[in-house]
Amino acid sequence: MTRAILRRVGAGALVLWAAATAAYLALLAAPGDIVDTIIGDGADTPVIRAQIIREWHLDSPPVVQYLGYLARAVTGDLGRSYLLQRPVAEVIGGQLAPTLRLAAAAAVFGLLLALVLAVAARRPWVRRLSSTAELVVVSTPPFLIGIVLLSLFSFRLGWFPVSGDRTVAALVLPAITMGLPIAGTLAQVLRDGLDRALDEPFAVTARARGLRESAVLVRHALRHALLPAVTMLGWSFGVLVAGTVIIENVYGRPGLGQVTLQAVSGGDMPVVLAVVVLSAAAFVLINTCADLAYLIIDPRLRRS
Amino acid sequence: MSIMLTRPRAAIRTLRRPRIGVGLAVIFLALALTAALRPSLLAGDPLAADPLHVLEAPSALHWFGTDQLGRDVFFRVVHGARHSLVISVAAIGISVGVGILIGLTAGLGHRVADEALSRSVDALSAFPLILLALLFIAIAGIGTTSLIVAIGVALVPHFARVVRAQTFVVRRAAYVTHAVSFGTSKTRLVVRHVLPNVLGPVPVLAVIGLGEAILLAAGLSFLGMGPQPPSPEWGAMISESRGYLHIAWWASILPGAVVTATIISLTVTGRFLQRRFEGRETV
Repeated sequence: MTRAILRRVGAGALVLWAAATAAYLALLAAPGDIVDTIIGDGADTPVIRAQIIREWHLDSPPVVQYLGYLARAVTGDLGRSYLLQRPVAEVIGGQLAPTLRLAAAAAVFGLLLALVLAVAARRPWVRRLSSTAELVVVSTPPFLIGIVLLSLFSFRLGWFPVSGDRTVAALVLPAITMGLPIAGTLAQVLRDGLDRALDEPFAVTARARGLRESAVLVRHALRHALLPAVTMLGWSFGVLVAGTVIIENVYGRPGLGQVTLQAVSGGDMPVVLAVVVLSAAAFVLINTCADLAYLIIDPRLRRS
Repeated sequence: MSIMLTRPRAAIRTLRRPRIGVGLAVIFLALALTAALRPSLLAGDPLAADPLHVLEAPSALHWFGTDQLGRDVFFRVVHGARHSLVISVAAIGISVGVGILIGLTAGLGHRVADEALSRSVDALSAFPLILLALLFIAIAGIGTTSLIVAIGVALVPHFARVVRAQTFVVRRAAYVTHAVSFGTSKTRLVVRHVLPNVLGPVPVLAVIGLGEAILLAAGLSFLGMGPQPPSPEWGAMISESRGYLHIAWWASILPGAVVTATIISLTVTGRFLQRRFEGRETV
């Protein structure tokens, strides 16, 4: 068990290092002078140039530059945004809360909807309806779902505010927009898992003991169906990250997605790199947790 | 009274979606292709502004209504098809090319090379596509070319994985081992015997990938990272019109519906081809 955990943590650290290195290489590969790239659209003065050269160790050999970058990343120093004239950690930290709120609400909504859909799909007509709906939702660009909901519930019916994040009501539409694609895919996975589990001998045994179908479903089959869904955790995280960028833009919410967009269009590389590396870190963390959750849900895996 | 212990699985299996869906999808794709290749057959000028007929609701004259500058939204959607086609086909071209290269190298190369390539592909595929694309655009600058390369790179894992898996099967096949014992050169072996036989699933995967590329491209250009206005690119168009959502829903939602219909059609067609030629359901 301990070895299994250590192996997974080690693999996570490796992916993290690879992501940080890839981001660094990407910066080096950018055309033009590296100092210009780091400044972006920010003020370009000799003082700032000197500061950048010092901070990024640009006057040292490449190996020292790279190691210095890694050392800073490890110690949590994310550098300085020359466009915003503030430390990157401050820029990102200040916008983290609204994004996390949105992502959490979306994840909860998506998971609940997927569970309801998968369980309801025991009836053939629900199954047909929900699999068509899933195809539509998964094929619709997230910004379009946002625009349709906005047009219907904010402009036409006036139930929810059009933008901002001051009230809880302002969280509803963005969370639904972000949660729908997650629900669409998770529902498929859960449904297939339930199908398989309900055909297993243990389900037959449970029925033979006289359990009602709903009890077989909830007490026996669901745990098996959850396994493949846990594998999708990392994927869901990707959807959430992609979602924040687009959905915060559609609903005019503050957050990390907006920070990222502004950084990309302003050429603010320190912020872009920090976002990429931080997302990789969060991704690794989530996948490692998913792997460990696997061990908890399925005791058979603990031995290998 | 009979007690049902095992469920009637076969009955559920036969509840395949009707073929009508596939027919509709193919018709829609044919229309979209016509729009991309010869837009003038279906629509007039997408840039002609008409200040007297601004934000008009859909009518017989303007099927999708008009936008904030009085341009015909339907004309703009038709002309936008070319952008989506060029971007997605070029992006998938990159993904297929690079994917085949990586897949073959991993499948035929040394175990260390395989491990390194496979892990990189895993990491790439797990990472949020849009962030990857944004990182690329931040470095290469905003523009259609960056958009294409960004999407192309983001979708490489699909193809690399399948080609690698196929290569593992093919390289153990009798015709390959025979060719080796005949002393065929390595290049000839790969080009003549391995490559043609690993490509089987690629076309169908490419069709499904096109849908994904269009989805990603629309999202990125909605964020202003692709072709710039007044170019009638779908995502850019929707972004341009959304400021008028409260008075003219059609100018952003109808183009969006066309994007969705295109993606659904590609997915449905791709899944059909998969069932038809590979005898398997989509994973």
